[in-house]
Amino acid sequence: MDLALKPEHQAFADEVREFARKNLSPATKEKTLSGKHYDRDDHVVWQQALGRQGWLTYTWPKKYGGPGWGVTERYLFENVLAEEGAPRIIPFGVKMVGPVIYTFGTAEQKERFLPGIAASTVAWCQGYSEPGAGSDLANLRTRAVREGDHYIVNGQKTWTSYAHWGDWIFCLVRTNTEAKPQEGISFLLIDMKTPGVTVRPIIMLDGAHAVNDVFLDNVKVPVANLIGKENEGWTCAKFLLANERLGIAEVPASKRGVGMLRALSDDPSMAERIADIDLQVQALEMSELRALSTMALGGAPGPEVSTLKVRGSEIQQRIAELAMEAVGEYAAPYQPGMLFHDTNETPVGPDHAPPAAPRYFNMRKTSIYGGSTEIQKNIVSKMVLGL
Amino acid sequence: MDLAFTPEEQKFADDVRAFVKANLPADVRDKVKNGKHLDRDDYMRWQQALGKKGWLVYTWPRKHGGPGFTPAQRYIFENICAEEYAPGIIPFGTKMVGPVIYTFGSEEQKARYLPAIRESTVWWCQGYSEPGSGSDLASLRTRAEKDDDHYIVNGSKTWNTMGHWADWIFCLVRTDSRSKPQEGISFLLIDMKTPGITVKPIIMADGGHEVNEVFFDNVKVPVANLVGKENEGWTCAKFLLANERLGIAAVPQSKRGVEALKDIARAEQDNGRPLIENQSFAEKIADLEIQVTALEYTELRVLSQMAHGGQPGPEVSGLKIRGSEIQQRLTELTMEAVGEYSAPYLPGLLWQGTNEAPVGPEYAHLAAPRYFNTRKTTIYGGSNEIQKGIISKMVLGL
Amino acid sequence: MDLSLSDEQKQLQEQAERFVRDKYAFDARRKIAATDRGWLPENWAQFAELGWLGMSFSEDDGGYGGGPIETMIVMEQFGKGLVLEPFLPTVVLGGGMIARSGSKAQKEALLAPMIEGKKQFALAWLERQSRYNLADVSLKATKEGAGWSLSGHKGVVYNAASADHIIVLARTAGSAREPKGLTLFIVDGKAKGLSRRDYPTQDSLRASELTFDKVSVGADAVLGKVDEGFGVVEDGVDRAIVALCAEATGCMDAINAATLEYIKTRKQFGVAIGKFQVLQHRMVDCFTNAQEARSMTLMASLKIDDKDSVVRAKAASGAKVQIGKSGRFCGQSAVQMHGGMGVTDELSVSHYFKRLTMIDLMFGNQQHHLTRYSNLAMAA
Ligand SMILES: Cc1cc2nc3c(=O)[nH]c(=O)nc-3n(C[C@H](O)[C@H](O)[C@H](O)COP(=O)(O)OP(=O)(O)OC[C@H]3O[C@@H](n4cnc5c(N)ncnc54)[C@H](O)[C@@H]3O)c2cc1C
Ligand SMILES: Cc1cc2nc3c(=O)[nH]c(=O)nc-3n(C[C@H](O)[C@H](O)[C@H](O)COP(=O)(O)OP(=O)(O)OC[C@H]3O[C@@H](n4cnc5c(N)ncnc54)[C@H](O)[C@@H]3O)c2cc1C
Ligand SMILES: Cc1cc2nc3c(=O)[nH]c(=O)nc-3n(C[C@H](O)[C@H](O)[C@H](O)COP(=O)(O)OP(=O)(O)OC[C@H]3O[C@@H](n4cnc5c(N)ncnc54)[C@H](O)[C@@H]3O)c2cc1C
Repeated sequence: MDLALKPEHQAFADEVREFARKNLSPATKEKTLSGKHYDRDDHVVWQQALGRQGWLTYTWPKKYGGPGWGVTERYLFENVLAEEGAPRIIPFGVKMVGPVIYTFGTAEQKERFLPGIAASTVAWCQGYSEPGAGSDLANLRTRAVREGDHYIVNGQKTWTSYAHWGDWIFCLVRTNTEAKPQEGISFLLIDMKTPGVTVRPIIMLDGAHAVNDVFLDNVKVPVANLIGKENEGWTCAKFLLANERLGIAEVPASKRGVGMLRALSDDPSMAERIADIDLQVQALEMSELRALSTMALGGAPGPEVSTLKVRGSEIQQRIAELAMEAVGEYAAPYQPGMLFHDTNETPVGPDHAPPAAPRYFNMRKTSIYGGSTEIQKNIVSKMVLGL
Repeated sequence: MDLAFTPEEQKFADDVRAFVKANLPADVRDKVKNGKHLDRDDYMRWQQALGKKGWLVYTWPRKHGGPGFTPAQRYIFENICAEEYAPGIIPFGTKMVGPVIYTFGSEEQKARYLPAIRESTVWWCQGYSEPGSGSDLASLRTRAEKDDDHYIVNGSKTWNTMGHWADWIFCLVRTDSRSKPQEGISFLLIDMKTPGITVKPIIMADGGHEVNEVFFDNVKVPVANLVGKENEGWTCAKFLLANERLGIAAVPQSKRGVEALKDIARAEQDNGRPLIENQSFAEKIADLEIQVTALEYTELRVLSQMAHGGQPGPEVSGLKIRGSEIQQRLTELTMEAVGEYSAPYLPGLLWQGTNEAPVGPEYAHLAAPRYFNTRKTTIYGGSNEIQKGIISKMVLGL
Repeated sequence: MDLSLSDEQKQLQEQAERFVRDKYAFDARRKIAATDRGWLPENWAQFAELGWLGMSFSEDDGGYGGGPIETMIVMEQFGKGLVLEPFLPTVVLGGGMIARSGSKAQKEALLAPMIEGKKQFALAWLERQSRYNLADVSLKATKEGAGWSLSGHKGVVYNAASADHIIVLARTAGSAREPKGLTLFIVDGKAKGLSRRDYPTQDSLRASELTFDKVSVGADAVLGKVDEGFGVVEDGVDRAIVALCAEATGCMDAINAATLEYIKTRKQFGVAIGKFQVLQHRMVDCFTNAQEARSMTLMASLKIDDKDSVVRAKAASGAKVQIGKSGRFCGQSAVQMHGGMGVTDELSVSHYFKRLTMIDLMFGNQQHHLTRYSNLAMAA
């Protein structure tokens, strides 16, 4: 057991930092540091740079093109990128569908889809939730009916993040209505350009457009796009949800957030509240490192990673809240132009004021998506505590 | 709408204060003021003084011998008693079984039991909980079988507060085991001196003895001691639980507690200054004081509804929840104020009233035991989880 | 002691309820928020007609002799409807300060028309650096002949764009953050040298940044006494806080009601999600929080006319702490229990949540008022 960095690790960290400084556009970095919204290009340009370097798929095993890093490299990589103000990697391709494909897909599917993910030339989105299937995901109703070598898909997905930027969507669809809910679900990859796919924006409480309804109206999907066996999609879904929960703790970004808070205020009572959140971040980081080190020794991330998601989201929310508190009444002016459209108007109040309240509002999502806090606790209660 | 007291209310307040000053024994006042444990006789002397004045049963209606206080008078009475360091009135007789008897009892029962409750000559205790029946009270199993004009009672009760001091116990017993759990329960009054009753102490986390197990072994209870109809005891039980919840908020005591805490924080040092000048600690006290004020005004709103003919509804459960949390927070902050001097454990001083010198200031050795002990307030009288369950069902309709 | 509403007060409550029901359905509100002004003149005229603009002023001042309880009753209903008309800046702040500190001439020129619905006000106290310190004022007023010349900046001034007159807190003497040496001026909203940058706020109200470039006013523009404006502002803000608390109480009732309804109807796992105990208990906690908020608002409304300024200040700060705490809890819980729907713009919950959040930040947040209350309470 050792927390100190070896010289080769120090060199690695320097290399990552140098890479980020060279490849991350200053405009994108500025958005990160000021809490503004990115546009599609901010993500794509940065992810493609990582892709060229072979680092985008840093969590993948070597045989699928991952860099084969250990826990330490992974930790350093994430932290250095966060410190440098890099946007978070959009998880839908690299962290979600990619691992599902290399774990459950056929050789052809791997060959067809993994390169686009690793190079970030194809943008993916996640079609799980439906109006009637949120926490109760297995209740989903979007139907896929086999007709020759195609499925005909009908139904509606909702809350689909970045569907308006997406080239492909991976969907859970119902292929059998007779079986138990979990046993009639299949995992299907759908090209968003297929006729019958319609995307409609959902506007969030801060005015942002990040999520969408996706309507599927007689969409023809080749059977070759089915991952795993028909009616066994739930296995992929559960595998992916566990993966999703690990990344969602967002520790490096929270560490950066704590640093930013310190720069905003030196009021003593604020300082105590920042110290409190700082300690929570440290505790979370150690828990995550413990989980990673179990994985490094060949263990799988267990249900206890659910608590990482719970605490991680609470911490992100608290940081956003404290940042708004630090701004005070200057959090009140609503300046959508500056937030979403890159306009050049001068902000009302300090530079960090415009995103403060919208960010606080927006971050309420983190305890809802990816399995709400209540659902995560139910999982821990059942799987870990045996209740 | 008006907060100010009318001249009559003001006069009443003066009367109450004068009465308490004249009648509260100095040694009892001193014990309450210093947070010491009271013994049976301490409570009795004070309650009997109140009884003589007709104020012990201040919540009772006139026709049962209550003083007929308005809500404002009730508020004034409770607050002044607390400000003057009177002990809390033990609720089992006056606030629990008394109202059950005058609401559900026969004329003979009223004549027989109520005077002694009004005058505090008989000490009552409450026999509801059993080892297998806490939150799920209706699952209770203590059996009462009719044998001519007696019931034969067998079983055991637990968590019985001050049962070792009690003359009588009111019990929920099972008289029918075939019907639905709630429908086979009866409300029985039992003389603690009856053969077959054994009381066994339970020692609490702070080392104190205030609760007991009570065993019933073929205890013969006259059928005349049944309150209400056989198998309809659940109605009495629910009525009583609602009553219990209103008083349990203990707002006047908590107000007094906040002042006591400020005194301690003035006496304690922090970096060469009184602790109360430590901004972050002062803010914790302030926060608690605001919570107490909010609770007080909620209670006042309930009282004011009652004054206009309303009945306290299930929403008074909210008072119990917040009241108990506040009592706990108070003891927690007191312990925090005392700091490391909370650590010495001096049972002699605590329980036997020995004369040994305290370690650290006088109040220090009480701080931690009180904190430990007060964890009970979110458990007894229906735990806070159960209270939330009640509100959720009865008020919110969930 | 009596905490029940009189018959007239009950009527007022019903009247206000009816207004909100008729004019402030959620979609109607959205339309009002999108208008140029951000509020409707016809609603304002109705307020005047119903007597709401004058209800809390004495008969000597042309009002109808009510007080903080009347304000509380109306503001609570405004909270339920998220009403956008500038009642707080105009009537509670501006009107209230003029009634308490204005000269006879000022009352005649300003208060009487305000009660008729013909004048609106705004209070400009905040500056970029002030945070919640009312005395942290650097906008300067210097003597200019018989009158004064004002130069400097004011921020987040609610209703400035619609206000006929802006009440400006300016430094006439003393050093930065010194309470002594502050003076209030009543400045014409269209005065020469006064420029505005208008914007909407997170919760769909309107506010502005104001720049004063040698704005000239006469000696009669002084509200109260020269160099002694701080007490007037502090008292005015405390009263506004109490009114704001009533609004927050209404918001909490509304957001709790909407959430309760939602968890009774939204089904997952084959049952209404309100069957899950975590949500039940959280809903109960929301309910309890709203009760406490209501209690503290009532307490503060009853005490805000107390003769003792410490009692008034403690009442306002105590209530503001509670409203901050309860509003945060109810707001966050409502969003959480709505799941994804809670973070959309589509449902009313997110709008109540945003308003409750902004109410906490207004005139000092929970932490600020806890410190203030603590300083007042521990000194006693
Ligand atoms: C910003 C955002 C982005 C999203 N992105 C995507 C995406 O890209 N792709 C995708 O497929 N989905 C996405 N989602 C959907 C997200 O996963 C769902 O919102 C989430 O699963 C909750 O479902 P719901 O919104 O229907 O809430 P509901 O399931 O209706 O839950 C409402 C409330 O009930 C509680 N609850 C439900 N069941 C229980 C229970 N058994 N016990 C206790 N409490 C319970 C919940 O915790 C919540 O508080 C996104 C959501 C948001 C807000
Ligand atoms: C063991 C027990 C069981 C009970 N069970 C029930 C029941 O089941 N149902 C029911 O209705 N009632 C019950 N009660 C009674 C009810 O709780 C009382 O009405 C209430 O506790 C007030 O009693 P008191 O005045 O004796 O308390 P006090 O001793 O006056 O305490 C009141 C509050 O003030 C605080 N305080 C007092 N002095 C100080 C000080 N010097 N420093 C710091 N804090 C201080 C205490 O910690 C406490 O929070 C029970 C009481 C006891 C003791
Ligand atoms: C100091 C003290 C004095 C007392 N005095 C008396 C007395 O004089 N006479 C008397 O009859 N009784 C008395 N009691 C008993 C008291 O009323 C019970 O302790 C109480 O009802 C809880 O029961 P339990 O202890 O069996 O806990 P349990 O019922 O076993 O509860 C354990 C935990 O489970 C939770 N729980 C249980 N059911 C649910 C549910 N449905 N949903 C969610 N959570 C749940 C509880 O809230 C609690 O946290 C006293 C208790 C104490 C601690």
